Amino acid sequence: MIDLNQGFAQGSSWVHQLDPRVKIMTIFLLAVILAVGESIIMLLQALAFTTYLVLAAKLELKKVLKRLVVVNFFILGIWVFVPATYPGDALMQVGPLSISTAGVIYATKITLRSNAIMLGIIALLSTSTVSSLMQAMRWLYVPEKIVYLFFFVYRYVHVIWKEFNRLYDSMLMRGFKAETNLHCYKSYAYLIGMLLVRSYERSTRVYEAMLCRGFRGEFHNLDDLSFSNQDLKIFSGILVFISWIIILERGVFLI
Amino acid sequence: MMHISEGVLSAPVLLTGAAATAAGTAIALKKIDNEDIPQVGIVSAALFVGNLIHIPIGPTSIHLVLNAIAGILLGWKAFPAFLVAFLLQSILFQFGGLTALGVNVFMVALPAVVCHYLFKVLIKKGESSKWLGISGFICGAVAISLTVILLMFSLIFTHDSFYEMARMILAGNLVLVIIEALLTGFCLVFLRKVKPELFIDLQVEGGGLKGSERV
Repeated sequence: MIDLNQGFAQGSSWVHQLDPRVKIMTIFLLAVILAVGESIIMLLQALAFTTYLVLAAKLELKKVLKRLVVVNFFILGIWVFVPATYPGDALMQVGPLSISTAGVIYATKITLRSNAIMLGIIALLSTSTVSSLMQAMRWLYVPEKIVYLFFFVYRYVHVIWKEFNRLYDSMLMRGFKAETNLHCYKSYAYLIGMLLVRSYERSTRVYEAMLCRGFRGEFHNLDDLSFSNQDLKIFSGILVFISWIIILERGVFLI
Repeated sequence: MMHISEGVLSAPVLLTGAAATAAGTAIALKKIDNEDIPQVGIVSAALFVGNLIHIPIGPTSIHLVLNAIAGILLGWKAFPAFLVAFLLQSILFQFGGLTALGVNVFMVALPAVVCHYLFKVLIKKGESSKWLGISGFICGAVAISLTVILLMFSLIFTHDSFYEMARMILAGNLVLVIIEALLTGFCLVFLRKVKPELFIDLQVEGGGLKGSERV
């Protein structure tokens, strides 16, 4: 049901091998430019670029599409409401509603933006292991406490997910049925409560175990990030592309 | 799901959300010691899993937000807890996204912090389990209502044409308000019965017990 394992992180394409620092910087720049960008031509080219990255990473396209469908549900809602309520000249009449041209353009921009950024995240972030991303975040001056917190959440989400399934299975075995009534909600509340209790107890155990092994508030990396020649070439290429979409958006003189 | 997708909101809204989340996280990070990191991390992992549970409602099902419980247990630490959880969700299954991360975190974490203080005030008024449940119910309702209101604001401030959609979202989430409120109430009563130390260890006052040194 939920894929907590990083299915996309397995692979050996050049996208997978790219330095995670380069990936984070790229997706950050791209996402910011796309989020504020207004030019449809720029958005289309950026979408083509991120689609290319996904293809180059040789990911399972079926899975990628599935993710995109989920993301586009919200976008679908926008298509239902915005074109009909956006002020501007009418493109056509549907019953009592008039669909405005400006509204359709606005919704198109949102769709392009959203999908371009999502594909970018899939291609660049989901193809790295979380541990390498954490190293990169530390290198990029993300506060250490955030990185450690990220580490713990990632490390224990799997464990707690298993714990949850165990608890839920035992509920099912005792004849629990998911229905819309008070008893059911109470059971869910207790389930979440039990999950919190177990997680909390686990956290104290983990911390004590860490202290026993000499934890002094520092995590040490065993493998280092390396910035290869290929990373340099690809990063330069990406920077050229990013400058290009900025030019498309704002003109050469950035006015 | 209380997430706004990438690319929908306007730059000013995104910036405001990011700045507010950064401020909240900065306040929280000052309060977090090394000792707290495993605790906050693992509790927020539990909330992450809690977010993925389907709760049946009629023929469909909804996801929980659980920000009232997060706020009551974690206080300001709810900011980094949700920040990290949402970042991980966006990397693992593209819920939420990157540029909208600030807004998405702020929408759930601010109500969580509000609930933290609200709960402290409420719980002073009585000791009984019933009152604890009622306080939880109120906090749960307030947290989700605030979240939905913030969600509506972020849409409407982006563009007026989102007004209709925002109203639909409000209507659709009224059920969630009730369910979260019920669950929060039951959950708090359960927690005090099963593990009262949790309230003391996490420095939530009024858990019904006093004293006891932290291990």
